[in-house]
Amino acid sequence: MDVEVLKTYLPLYNEAILLTIRIGWLGILAAFAIGLLGAVIQYFRIPILKRITAVYIEVFRNTPLLVQLFFIYFALPKIGLRISAEACGILGLGLIGGAYMIETVRSGLESVDRIQSESALSLGMTRGQVFFYIILPQAFSISIPGVVANVIFLLKETSVFSTISLMDLMFTAKDLIGMYAKTIECLFLLVVYYLIMLLPVSIVGTIVERRARYAQFGD
Amino acid sequence: MSDLVRVKHLHKEFDNNVVLKDINLSVKKGEVVVIIGPSGCGKSTFLRCLNGLESIESGAVVIDGLPVNPDKNDIYKIRQKIGMVFQSYELFPHKTVLENIILSPVKVQKRYKDDAIREALVLLDKVGLVEKKDYYPRQLSGGQKQRVAIVRALIMHPEVLLFDEVTAALDPEMVHEVLQTMLDLARSGSTMVIVTHEMAFARAVADRIVFFDQGEIVEESEDVKSFFNAPTTERARKFLKTFAYE
Repeated sequence: MDVEVLKTYLPLYNEAILLTIRIGWLGILAAFAIGLLGAVIQYFRIPILKRITAVYIEVFRNTPLLVQLFFIYFALPKIGLRISAEACGILGLGLIGGAYMIETVRSGLESVDRIQSESALSLGMTRGQVFFYIILPQAFSISIPGVVANVIFLLKETSVFSTISLMDLMFTAKDLIGMYAKTIECLFLLVVYYLIMLLPVSIVGTIVERRARYAQFGD
Repeated sequence: MSDLVRVKHLHKEFDNNVVLKDINLSVKKGEVVVIIGPSGCGKSTFLRCLNGLESIESGAVVIDGLPVNPDKNDIYKIRQKIGMVFQSYELFPHKTVLENIILSPVKVQKRYKDDAIREALVLLDKVGLVEKKDYYPRQLSGGQKQRVAIVRALIMHPEVLLFDEVTAALDPEMVHEVLQTMLDLARSGSTMVIVTHEMAFARAVADRIVFFDQGEIVEESEDVKSFFNAPTTERARKFLKTFAYE
């Protein structure tokens, strides 16, 4: 392995990781929002919306992100909807992540015993208060391991962005290999940069998990 | 004395199964009414109708002059007048003992947090649990959890307290500490409606005993001693016999 080569590639990888993190986390944020909204719709069995959510989940969980991205990137402009590659990535990640997040959060909400609501209602709380003070916090600490797993999964899924010419880590590595054939160096940097991006998430995730679960489940 | 709880012709069904039929019952201020009866006789459902956790098909439940209707907006106000303690405690597992107790006074009644904490500590002291204030529910015994649940109901200053088989899930040695707490409450003049299988306790605490069977009130007596010694109905006699050994 040629250290000099690694050094010359570093700036490109730095740029790529920043782009990957930015798009990745914006997509995750969107996935969170969709997940919470969808889970609430499912939990309260809101008519019509519940059906739509169910169809959405099935469509996006059962097709690859790659296909979804192609659809958004290549098919939407055909019907007059043109969005940037970056927005495309965020949207794609948000949509597939949203489908996973809904299921994770919903199962958390549903694992809180119904009688907990009754106990809170009997203390004079309104339905909204019961949801925000009693159900949601408990659901959160139950579903946090699933949420962390989803976040890590989504950050890794960013690797398919290269197919819509976003200059993420994967794209950069493939591009450099294609141009200079320094395969070992490029792949080595690729692994290292993915670890740089994901290890902190994993570690912080574990800490958050432990904190969030302490009250209900102990150490 | 005025009736704090008034139930008239209450009729309740689950999927076309009648679970409560034509229940009429009043509870005066300061009165302790104990409801007994075989499992599945509707006594727990009846209790849940009193604070609108269950809807009713017909009839009326009136608490302190206000009709209870789960679909109306004033139900939240009415429920503040009714404390309820559950068989399975139902403390909030993500909150400490103190947080469990002050949540509703602060969020529902908009009391000052300091003020709520002060009262919570006084009440916890009364049930001997003040040193557990920062514990989580999972760190407490069943009896301790149930006493916290009672405190959590009391801090709302309810007009009437409902107890739904609150010792049924407890180990025998913990039953006593919970019943003692309830007995103290009864003696201090609280209005209580208690569903229980603890016959000795029922006998000690009740001003009036109500015997439910198959969704209806079969026998009702203010002469608690003679009810337990010689109930007038055959069904009550049969039921009480299941607690006696020869």
